[in-house]
Amino acid sequence: MTIEVRNIIKRFGGFTALDNVDLRVETGELLALLGPSGSGKTTLLRIIAGLDWPDAGSVSFDGEDALARGAGERHVGFVFQHYALFRHMSVFENVAFGLRVQPRAIRKSEAQIKARVKDLLDLVQLDWLADRYPSQLSGGQRQRIALARALAIEPRILLLDEPFGALDAKVRKELRKWLRTLHEEIHVTSIFVTHDQEEALEVANRVVVMDKGKIEQIGSPGDVYEEPATAFVHGFIGESIVLPVEIRDGRVRLGDRELNLDSRDARPGPSKLFIRRHDLAVGPSGAGALEGAVKHVRAFGPTQRADILLSAVGEGTLIEIDAPRDRDLKPGDIVSLQPRRYRIFAEGA
Amino acid sequence: MGLTLTWLSLLILIPLAGLFVKTAELSLSQFIDTVTSNRTLHALQISFGLAFAAALVNLVAGLLIVWALVRYRFPGRRIFDAIVDIPFALPTAVAGIALTTLFAQQGWLGAPLAALGIKVAFTPLGIFVAMIFIGIPFVVRTVQPVLIDLDVELEEAAACLGASRWQIITRVIIPSLTPAILTGFALAFARAVGEYGSVIFIAGNLPNVSEIAPLLIVIRLSEFRYADATAIAVVMLVASFLIIFLLNRLQRWAQIRALSVG
Repeated sequence: MTIEVRNIIKRFGGFTALDNVDLRVETGELLALLGPSGSGKTTLLRIIAGLDWPDAGSVSFDGEDALARGAGERHVGFVFQHYALFRHMSVFENVAFGLRVQPRAIRKSEAQIKARVKDLLDLVQLDWLADRYPSQLSGGQRQRIALARALAIEPRILLLDEPFGALDAKVRKELRKWLRTLHEEIHVTSIFVTHDQEEALEVANRVVVMDKGKIEQIGSPGDVYEEPATAFVHGFIGESIVLPVEIRDGRVRLGDRELNLDSRDARPGPSKLFIRRHDLAVGPSGAGALEGAVKHVRAFGPTQRADILLSAVGEGTLIEIDAPRDRDLKPGDIVSLQPRRYRIFAEGA
Repeated sequence: MGLTLTWLSLLILIPLAGLFVKTAELSLSQFIDTVTSNRTLHALQISFGLAFAAALVNLVAGLLIVWALVRYRFPGRRIFDAIVDIPFALPTAVAGIALTTLFAQQGWLGAPLAALGIKVAFTPLGIFVAMIFIGIPFVVRTVQPVLIDLDVELEEAAACLGASRWQIITRVIIPSLTPAILTGFALAFARAVGEYGSVIFIAGNLPNVSEIAPLLIVIRLSEFRYADATAIAVVMLVASFLIIFLLNRLQRWAQIRALSVG
């Protein structure tokens, strides 16, 4: 099932939640919608599900207009952040719900329903909980039951809204891995919403980064990390050092100092220099584009972290860098920093 | 703990015990004669039967009112919301007189109903109307907060799974509200059984026709037949207790099934 979203606009009062969004999702993909809160990612998901309606634009499933159908007729499985399990029903009945509400003409027999629910509970590895009530389950178990319930109707598309957002870090990690394995098994076209970049990069085949109702970048997890298309994406994904620079006569200037960096045809004017923390090579004074004094060194894990006060910036900018453990750094040292990789984005881009 | 129990005893149990002590002045046969006399039985039947019917009506009407108040935004919603509390706040005698005036033969509602051949005031139907009036806030006020808290996502989840609007209401919403609905029903019922002030004005109080049990107790008291009065009271007490107890069990059962841990 391919999903084609075109020119979707959605406003809530004066707030534009989605501003002319286009997106194409291929069959069998596991796509992540990643963005900060208020970026419109959940609204987009709800519009695809039929729980919200756009003010303009179209949504089609395999070329067929989805907006002409209500949520119940789209055969979409939806998993909510807070599970939305029916508390007065046992786990079994929760999973069976979608099968029991089918029109009589196509409804499965009781034996078929039983078999199907058992298969689904096996799939989410919780068959032993069939007789329990949702209140008796842990958060992670509830979410897996919610997923089994969504899968019961054999959805053409699976949509997950911050599925692991309400869970603690450890369970979240386990479920991520589990979701990816599950997707490899059942291969249904899936979209999940998250504000957690690690989750998006780890689970999805493709990541859509959103901000303020617009799509900033669509790409593989590697792409959005290594080749961020906009300043927003660079700042949002991974940790970046951001320095305010000015491009003048094809040179990069930081404060009153001209940096020995190629401006790469960046437009003249105030800009931002983005560098990944681990992409700065530390060298002896005078050997790199940037200079600074070491203030603090914290050594743990495979690398050490150092706070460095950059000279040549008006009021002095403190940055945090990652350096290899074998590099000897002491507070008070004057070092040079040479970006191995960097990106320049014009201010406001 | 000890303090609570002492209070409970002082406020509730000791007066109730007094009821039994006073009733014990009657011999067993006198007691049975009193409580099985036609007039007593009829009064009890009126009180319990009509209270039950009124609570059922309130259950349905209350749910509709709650639904409108919670799920729709309309001008004057807050005023309607406040109006629901009037039967709580109004002195019962005032309510009784107002209802009687309204439903009397020349009343605003009484006259058109009389033209249709329906007589409300001074009949059991009048008692029924008064019991509905005083019971409605109990259902509304117990169910309303639960419906407000009911997660819209439950309905959305059901809709995505293909449930129709009707299936969502009957299979998801109503079952989620069941414990609150039962509580509201029990409260409305209990209030209607014991209601005195608002009922006696509209009832007409004809023995064996439209006489409620609480009124019969008052009549026995005014005749200085205290033990007879307490005998009727004991029967009401035991019957009410049993009914509330059963409703409680039913509610507990519904609650356990709907138990939420967040």
